[in-house]
Amino acid sequence: MNRILAKTQLSDDVYMMRLDAPHIARERLPGQFVILQLDNDYGERIPLTIADADPAEGSLTIIFQAVGKTTHNLADKAVGESVVSVLGPLGQPTHIEKFGTVVCVGGGIGVAPLHPIVKGMKQAGNRVIVIVGARNRKLVILEEQMRALADEFIVCTDDGSYGRKALVTEPLKEVCARIPKPELAVAIGPPVMMKFCAEATRPFGVHTLVSLNTIMIDGTGMCGGCRVTVGGQTKFVCVDGPEFDGHKVDFDNMMQRLKAYRKHEDTAHHQCHLDAEIQAKERSLS
Amino acid sequence: MSHITPEALAEAAHRELDAILKKTAPLTPKERIAIPVQDMPTQDPEVRRKNVQEVALGYTPEQARLESMRCLQCRNAPCVQGCPVRIDIPGFLKAAAAGDFLGACAVIKKNSLLPAVCGRVCPQEVQCQEHCTVGKSLKSVDKAVSIGRVERYVADLERDSGKAVSPVIKPATGKKVAVIGSGPASVTVAADVRREGHQVVMFEAFHKPGGVLVYGIPEFRLPKAIVQKEIDALLAMGVEIKTNFVIGRTRKLKALIEEDGFDAVFIGTGAGLPKFMNIEGENLVGVFAANEYLTRANLMKAYDFGRADTPIYRAGRVAILGGGNVAMDAARTAVRLGAAEVHVIYRRTEVEMPARVEEIAHAKEEGVIFHLLENVSRVMGDENGCVKAVECLRYELGEPDASGRRRPVEIKGSEFIRDVEAVIVAIGNDSNPLIPRTTEGLKTTKWGNIIVDETGKTSIDGVYAGGDIVLGAATVILAMGEGRRAAASINERLK
Ligand SMILES: Cc1cc2nc3c(=O)[nH]c(=O)nc-3n(C[C@H](O)[C@H](O)[C@H](O)COP(=O)(O)OP(=O)(O)OC[C@H]3O[C@@H](n4cnc5c(N)ncnc54)[C@H](O)[C@@H]3O)c2cc1C
Ligand code: FES
Repeated sequence: MNRILAKTQLSDDVYMMRLDAPHIARERLPGQFVILQLDNDYGERIPLTIADADPAEGSLTIIFQAVGKTTHNLADKAVGESVVSVLGPLGQPTHIEKFGTVVCVGGGIGVAPLHPIVKGMKQAGNRVIVIVGARNRKLVILEEQMRALADEFIVCTDDGSYGRKALVTEPLKEVCARIPKPELAVAIGPPVMMKFCAEATRPFGVHTLVSLNTIMIDGTGMCGGCRVTVGGQTKFVCVDGPEFDGHKVDFDNMMQRLKAYRKHEDTAHHQCHLDAEIQAKERSLS
Repeated sequence: MSHITPEALAEAAHRELDAILKKTAPLTPKERIAIPVQDMPTQDPEVRRKNVQEVALGYTPEQARLESMRCLQCRNAPCVQGCPVRIDIPGFLKAAAAGDFLGACAVIKKNSLLPAVCGRVCPQEVQCQEHCTVGKSLKSVDKAVSIGRVERYVADLERDSGKAVSPVIKPATGKKVAVIGSGPASVTVAADVRREGHQVVMFEAFHKPGGVLVYGIPEFRLPKAIVQKEIDALLAMGVEIKTNFVIGRTRKLKALIEEDGFDAVFIGTGAGLPKFMNIEGENLVGVFAANEYLTRANLMKAYDFGRADTPIYRAGRVAILGGGNVAMDAARTAVRLGAAEVHVIYRRTEVEMPARVEEIAHAKEEGVIFHLLENVSRVMGDENGCVKAVECLRYELGEPDASGRRRPVEIKGSEFIRDVEAVIVAIGNDSNPLIPRTTEGLKTTKWGNIIVDETGKTSIDGVYAGGDIVLGAATVILAMGEGRRAAASINERLK
């Protein structure tokens, strides 16, 4: 049982929640995630990235978009109520060291998991350029926190309602074209965005990490449901990832696998949350 | 074989037992052997294809007694040699034959903690029943005394009677033991260690305890309520169970000892790392490891279409790759999810299939189609990346390999295509590397199995291991046996 300590609505359907989870808060490192479940008998298990953690308070901050049944129900929960199952921290932590200049790109709620990475990269002494993208002004999250951490901060919106009217790939290319070029790029967001970020950095030879959010069940390497093809090899996102070399990930295969249950979901409440999320993101990026 | 109704089986047993009880002289061996094998009453295949309720319904009391009477009470008890935990089989069958079912269960429980489970899932035909003299004299292992069915009967009866004696817990010792995982190995360790008065905390990664017994083996073969009873028994003994707690991530193993004050740790994390075939198309949409497919269906209850949030892939034609229990479970689950055709594809022949004979028979009765001496060489997809067919190769049996089984050899140029929309890979599991990777100094084999000595001790002082993480994917009874052994060493250490 994990009590909800705080809840904030960040935009129409994006929420931030602080959960009581002392063990996870103590162990988690940037790049890791949790799997959460609201009903132990019939509920689904969904992976959610960790936006922040406070070991002293024993709390964990998650940011999620209410797109499917579980995330909607989660959004409906009030402070003081509990989440029955939270498992974590899962996955390999981000490899953080002093690289030099690191460009971090976040799209939509991908900005949430990017936040601890930016923090870590900054603490390790890197110069950090942050590029944040969203469909419109209302969907830009964690702007202040990111601005405070970043050496250079670029925000873009698809509709131009805030910052530059551009997709994140545009400023990313410009940053990569600078001399000297950044040592590392980290891109987190919807699959299409990560795919195009990887394509953007490829010609410049800038090593690019992406953080994949596939369908998962156990999160411990047991089921193989989260597998992706990376450099022609099968990898399990939950234990080998979630971060991989974006230049090697087979994004098309991954996106197809994310849609696996589309035709199997007939009733409205069964509408797969991942599906909806992808559709929304695809719309936003098209 | 046509399906015999449970009523007909009960009726026949009733008559048979009446006739025997009328006799005054003790049964001669010849008479015992002449008693017909008591078939397990089952749900009609046509009915059970559409439900997830247990297939085997269990003996009637008359059947249990008759089957037990078939035992010759051999002095050398070859069956006991075949039992991994050396249950006094003639002893419990003697009690059951006399109608003392609770007494029979008590005999089993001296050696086995989980008779209701083992009676259902043990591969008896290659263990106790393989050595049975009755089977030998009737020249068929199918005609051996059905030891497992009687075991199941007496265990169910004891459970439902409410007369099961809860174990006595010795006074608190102040010592603390961590048990990682909650499968049969861990359940056994928890019970045996707790009994000595030590505090036991069990850590399970999933949201429900039970290991493979809850996430892998389907309801129709092992009702989850039975596993839950075993878990409830642990709780009643005062074992603390922490679910959603993955050792190596939520807490490192060493921290349990160095910071949390545990005096010993048992690792029973199972063999959860699905193998794939490394063939083209294996990551297409519609290809699943059996672990995923079965976990969705069992633990996540995806078969309950209206209620469960977890979806499961429903395809008209499903190919299952493999020939073990996991493959049979996946095939029969696919049947229940409404697949029109379920094809089991296996490289060798039926004799080499590692699955329990009963599971193969049940699968056939339910309409599963078997393709032997055949293997998939490639999975083919459509323009959306979804499975549309598999390319298969025919095989023949060559010379015996190291395991003594004849090696399957592919027939060059024998490729052909089978149209299917889903592929379930059930070719085995390797050991999950999470704990070894996060625990410095824990020695493993090159296959990732944790190395233990004859007392279940690992390379780290105070840390023990057992079950599939040590043996590689094995069986419930072996996991339980390993748990017993490790628990004995732990109890010895904490004396
Ligand atoms: C589908 C299927 C059918 C089978 N059918 C049969 C059969 O008919 N007869 C038979 O005898 N055997 C059968 N087996 C094999 C049998 O189930 C196993 O041999 C047995 O369950 C092994 O027991 P165990 O205690 O070692 O581990 P498991 O039952 O595998 O349990 C391990 C538990 O540890 C948990 N865990 C893993 N890592 C961690 C961690 N780091 N921290 C916390 N928890 C962790 C897992 O979530 C799991 O719950 C079958 C197996 C499968 C998969
Ligand atoms: S989620 Fe099951 S293996 Fe990754």
